[in-house]
Amino acid sequence: MQALEVRSLTKTYKNGVEALKGIDLDVEQGDFFALLGPNGAGKSTLIGIIASLVNASSGETKVFGISVQKQRSQAMAKIGLVPQEINFNQFEQPFDILVNQAGFYGVPRKIARQRAEKYLKQLSLWDKARKMSRTLSGGMKRRLMIARAMVHEPRLLILDEPTAGVDIEIRRSMWQFIEQINRDGTTVILTTHYLEEAENLCRNIAIIDQGRIVENTSVKELLGKLDIETFVLDLGAPVEYAPQVDGMEIELRDSTTLLASLPKSQSLNALFCTLDHDGIQVKSMRNKANRLEELFLRLVDKHDESEASKEHAA
Amino acid sequence: MSQSISARTYWIGYQTIVIKEITRILRIWAQTLIPPAITMTLYFVIFGQLIGRRIGEMGGMPYMDFIVPGLIMLTVITNAYGNITSSFFGAKFGKHIEELLISPLPPLLILAGYVTGAVLRALLVGIIVLITASFFSDISIHNLPVTLAVVVLTAIVFALAGFINATFAQKFDDISIIPTFVLQPMTYLGGVFFSIELLPGVWEKIAMANPILYMVNAFRYGMLGVSDVSLAVAFGIIFAFGIVLGTICLTLLQRGTGLRT
Repeated sequence: MQALEVRSLTKTYKNGVEALKGIDLDVEQGDFFALLGPNGAGKSTLIGIIASLVNASSGETKVFGISVQKQRSQAMAKIGLVPQEINFNQFEQPFDILVNQAGFYGVPRKIARQRAEKYLKQLSLWDKARKMSRTLSGGMKRRLMIARAMVHEPRLLILDEPTAGVDIEIRRSMWQFIEQINRDGTTVILTTHYLEEAENLCRNIAIIDQGRIVENTSVKELLGKLDIETFVLDLGAPVEYAPQVDGMEIELRDSTTLLASLPKSQSLNALFCTLDHDGIQVKSMRNKANRLEELFLRLVDKHDESEASKEHAA
Repeated sequence: MSQSISARTYWIGYQTIVIKEITRILRIWAQTLIPPAITMTLYFVIFGQLIGRRIGEMGGMPYMDFIVPGLIMLTVITNAYGNITSSFFGAKFGKHIEELLISPLPPLLILAGYVTGAVLRALLVGIIVLITASFFSDISIHNLPVTLAVVVLTAIVFALAGFINATFAQKFDDISIIPTFVLQPMTYLGGVFFSIELLPGVWEKIAMANPILYMVNAFRYGMLGVSDVSLAVAFGIIFAFGIVLGTICLTLLQRGTGLRT
């Protein structure tokens, strides 16, 4: 069964902005799915419609086969949402926030208390359980929202940029927790700006731009489409210019770092011959890590160009 | 696919909203419970004892006894309205209303939860004022069922009105305009401090168009056995307002007015 089915979904806001222009999307049960797109692409609108915070203009959204538009209550019982903005009562204590949230989903108070303790402990917030929420740090607030979204144990967890502004250590611990939840059977949909996270964590991916899905495939397949590789070369001594090599794009990032982009099929020998000829010494070399970012920018740029040419033709 | 949600789930959800509301009221007791007691003590001392002695009788009884039911209703009305506007608008403003909007709870239960919270605060504060009044006047209840029915129904009506106000409010100023410019004048002119028999002809007719007058008088009947208006008409008006306001509240919630984009 699909955890999420989106069909012909459109959303036009009162001010005339077309946020979604006919979205079709499927997320398999048990998947770890990434939804990527630039700011204003329509990601949050799509998530808002799935979570019933935004009314769709047309189309349908189903969660585990239940229509959000026709059977809202039943569909919502399956979803846990971690929104982009902090949206808990900052004058309440984390423990009470979790117990109340569980109650809204019909979890009896005794069980709700046990679950609140479990998730606060798992997200390293138990020592803050009885503190005023507004006194928590930014990272703690984000973790509290994840705990809150999990307290009714949903089958589908949606995270809208959950690690924005969170330091690397906390981010890693958050991902460990979410990966474990996914392994335990919860389907996870994630939007993030840290594309290497999507590359490392997610199995499938959709890229949304200007209200349309421009790519929807597995991360593996998507990366396979990347026919250009970029290498980072750390130099032994500063240089003033980037050398020219046929068929490669070489950029001087700073005086001791070169970025060399070349097709996968091309040998690196020509690059090293030129560097050797110019007396440039290479101390070390590595692959640029965020390959997905390159692909993402390329897909979005391509889509922007085609939209612009359509407008021009019209 | 159809997977129904059990009545128990809904009941627990409703209970949770009520518990959350009561916790909030008790947490900020210095804002919710103490001010009415202080204000009403001043009313009883100044209007009841000092000025009241010179006024003598009103509606066939000592002035102090006459104003007790009115002041209790004044407190109940302002607290029911104020609780729901501050709580619901606060949740909207702080965005934590989204916790409820994404939950399986239907609009009717969300409304019922907030209204119950407002009614409980109104009754709690009403009891505090009643206890305060007992130091200044001999409290007696002429008809307990009428007294309870009027106070609970009136609190529901003003909680519903407050909910509508909170739904449309965009900023904190918007939740103080109606209480200051509409509710307070209507309550003061609704027979809290005087019998409408005192008003000259045309003003008496105008006063009769004020729904709060009927609520205050029905409550006064419950406590003292005297009223300027018919009890049946008073209940009819209270029910009519309750049904109309309740329908508006549910329609707004179902549409997501001011809440969903």
